[in-house]
Amino acid sequence: MAKSPARGGSVAARPAEELRVVGRPIARHDARDKVQAAILYAADWQMPGMLHGVVLRSIYPSARIRRLDTARAAAIPGVAAVLTARDVPNNTLWTDVPGQTSQVGALRARIQVLAERVVRYQGEPVALVAAETLEAAHAALEAIEVEYEPAVGVFDPEEAARPDAPRVHEEGNLLARWHVRCGDADAALERADVVVEHTYRCQFIDHAYLEPECGVAWIDADGVVTIRVATQVIEHFRDVAEVLGLPHNRVRVIGTYVGGGFGGKEDVTVEVFLGLLASRTRRPVRMIWSRQESLLARPKRHPFRLHYTTGASRDGTLVAQKVDLLADSGAYAYLSALVLMYATVTAAGPYRIPNATIDARVVYTNNPPTSAMRGFGGMQMVLGYESQMDRLARRLEMDPVAIRVRNALRKGDRLPVGQELDTHVGVAEAAQRAWAALGPRRAPSAPGRRAGRGLACNIQPYGRIVWLHDWASAWVGFEMDGTLVVRTGVPDVGGGQASSLCQIAAEVLGVAVEGVAVHIGDSALTPLAGTTTATRQLYMSGNAVLQAAAGLRAQVLPVAARMLETPPDRVTLSDGGAADASGRRLEWAAVLKECARLGVSRSHLGVYHAPAGDPVDLDRGGGRIFPDYTFGAHAVEVEVDIETGAVAVVRYVACHDVGRAINPQSVEGQIQGGAVMGLGYGLMEEVVLDRGVNLSTNLASYLIPTSLDVPDVEPLLLESGEGKGPFGARGIGEPPIGPPAAAIANAVEDAVGVRITELPITPERVARALGLLGAPRTDP
Amino acid sequence: MTELIVAFTLNGERREVRVAAHETLLTLLRDGLGAIEVKDGCGEGVCGTCTVLLDGEPVSSCLLLAARVAGRQVTTVRGLAPVGSLSLLQNSFVPHGAAQCGFCTPGMLLTAHAFLQQHPRPTREDIRRAISGNLCRCTGYVKIIDAIEAASAGAAPASPSGAAPARRG
Repeated sequence: MAKSPARGGSVAARPAEELRVVGRPIARHDARDKVQAAILYAADWQMPGMLHGVVLRSIYPSARIRRLDTARAAAIPGVAAVLTARDVPNNTLWTDVPGQTSQVGALRARIQVLAERVVRYQGEPVALVAAETLEAAHAALEAIEVEYEPAVGVFDPEEAARPDAPRVHEEGNLLARWHVRCGDADAALERADVVVEHTYRCQFIDHAYLEPECGVAWIDADGVVTIRVATQVIEHFRDVAEVLGLPHNRVRVIGTYVGGGFGGKEDVTVEVFLGLLASRTRRPVRMIWSRQESLLARPKRHPFRLHYTTGASRDGTLVAQKVDLLADSGAYAYLSALVLMYATVTAAGPYRIPNATIDARVVYTNNPPTSAMRGFGGMQMVLGYESQMDRLARRLEMDPVAIRVRNALRKGDRLPVGQELDTHVGVAEAAQRAWAALGPRRAPSAPGRRAGRGLACNIQPYGRIVWLHDWASAWVGFEMDGTLVVRTGVPDVGGGQASSLCQIAAEVLGVAVEGVAVHIGDSALTPLAGTTTATRQLYMSGNAVLQAAAGLRAQVLPVAARMLETPPDRVTLSDGGAADASGRRLEWAAVLKECARLGVSRSHLGVYHAPAGDPVDLDRGGGRIFPDYTFGAHAVEVEVDIETGAVAVVRYVACHDVGRAINPQSVEGQIQGGAVMGLGYGLMEEVVLDRGVNLSTNLASYLIPTSLDVPDVEPLLLESGEGKGPFGARGIGEPPIGPPAAAIANAVEDAVGVRITELPITPERVARALGLLGAPRTDP
Repeated sequence: MTELIVAFTLNGERREVRVAAHETLLTLLRDGLGAIEVKDGCGEGVCGTCTVLLDGEPVSSCLLLAARVAGRQVTTVRGLAPVGSLSLLQNSFVPHGAAQCGFCTPGMLLTAHAFLQQHPRPTREDIRRAISGNLCRCTGYVKIIDAIEAASAGAAPASPSGAAPARRG
């Protein structure tokens, strides 16, 4: 185990009412810049002599490349480079866990940078062009001659899982498989008073952040390939270096403020292509993917087929859960094996299950690749376990809250995988609070509409898997005038990541948060802090900043105390400087000048190591997988139009135990935004594929919620104070996306008595289930 | 390639530029005039990030040919207030936490600005309808609607702390 984190001296242990900055809903440091559009996003950056980079993509989902000729393209005036796989020093991109211990079996994945002999999905990159103008670049794309020989593909995961299926990769289509066993689920199901068994399906969806993938690369001093890019992971500099065949310290990634990430900017996007083009041309190159290109070719969310068998005793106590999962990885592995692990670990839901069997597989197909997206395998499970809970409640004539409260996990319980929950588990409380907040039932707003209510709880990890030995570092220092600087390699994707770090530093050092300068996201200049993924940034970098600030406080406080001739514990720090109990003050400049005279450092580097563990054999019930989990419950009221099947969400309450809200306003924003993204997933979003051909390549056909599609989400924050982040915070980035789809499915059944088992819950599906479109489809 | 000379007003300043006949206003603004405050989110008129005001009316600049703005007034978010200061509406977005990633914010502000000019005392539902052509993927819209509501003529004065109250369980 790594050493336990510094808790910020006594500061982090203070009761909430004594905190000045932490826990306050303050405006973020970047808010004024954002409302003036003064932020330079990745696509806003231009360099003198900059070329325009574009990608040639496969038009087939499965084909061999018989001939690839770039001569005509390269001859077009203004074209500076045309690259194919032959031009890539190392054409294999390994998806590792950036900066961490790696190579945990199937967790290490291989992607071809540019297609060599085979294309495995529609939109797979085949060639790159850099040209003086975008027009010339597009003309060159047209002029590249590719002769494809279409090959048989496989597009359905069930079919891909069969031994005689066409192989997407030589090693076969089964990419990863995980099992969890605890107790004896089969025997327990035999003895159960009630058993419900059903299949659920969820769909491909897209991140659909408003900023498409983009960046600018140039060769800087000493030949350092510098890439300014919209990314959640600046540590992809290593991947770029590997592909280019350069030492790692000759590639630098500068992460910009990101126009939305949600997992879609977690894998490499444009940065490797930019590195290749800039290295070849020795000129700055900009690449901006169009929305259509982004929707066509970037990794999506994993569709799952979930088969659940749940047993309970007559009083509603769960006795067994059997889950069989099959997920579609699309054509490449990316993070599929990890996504499947998250699904496996959380598939039994936030409930005590003495007997569980979970079998999970993910297979290759010739569909677009799937990878990270907010909720990362864990969120897809909620439709399964929460639909089952409602069906059990119905069979047992129990209240939806009562059955959940009866079975809710509590602190000290173990998950089926064996991990003991060692912090507060707020499921039962969240379910009760969210449900109560809906208030008295109301009549539907119009004739022809039926109202119904639904509840869904969830469990979602925060922080990385413990055997990845996650760490984050941050530097906090005073300038000589007493202003404070925070440096950390955090990418800020809009969740308020950097701003919360300013609050933490300001709290510990007693200064005003408005005055803190924060420098983030530069792989060469800021201490590395890991990825803005896995709901880990506040937890990890927050602890690193807390440690750095506490270290700095411990350095400067004794100096101030000596100058004030008072014991250190009598000194208070504020924006103006240090003061003793009588109110005698020293300006910061004076204290720092004295530090300089004495040779006392005015900065501190904090390195936070998360609790670590050995790799776990899920089969044997290994124990700790994740540092901790965030729990919540969402309650929804819908109105279903019994003539059209349309579902309107009229009331929405989302409750999570966030441990401690560092910035309640940011926490609310995460909950409201996550819930609405989950409503989109539940009601309307789907990337429609026809045998691997993407039919949802523009925003007019890929629909995401507008302001008219969703109600005001009412966030309820529970603050148990027991999270593993700074000041007892838990992560909240991903958790709120879990419950919405299941909550709606439950509410629809409450309203009109039909159970929808497949997402999204479109008017057509509801109408079909209501028998409005001919015979109702039988429930699987 | 046919080129035209187009004269128009950008944020109160007269501009005369040479544009290709097929060039969109969005390309002209971002690449030709450095008005990078106008964002490019979809290029098909759906997302609303490229919204500008044309004679005070919100339009998607990605769907408008640059040549069509001859003789007209184009306003971007930088035209809402003098450099370094914020309009009442912009200022309202700050304490309400209405900007998360910030990418939809310029277009959202322009749509809301034009709307409030014409409907100074809107209901929450009016605001919801008004911004339905501007997508936001981060906020769930609540704090954006809060901010617009607070900037409208019918709003109660802002709380002295400057921040919207947080809701706690």
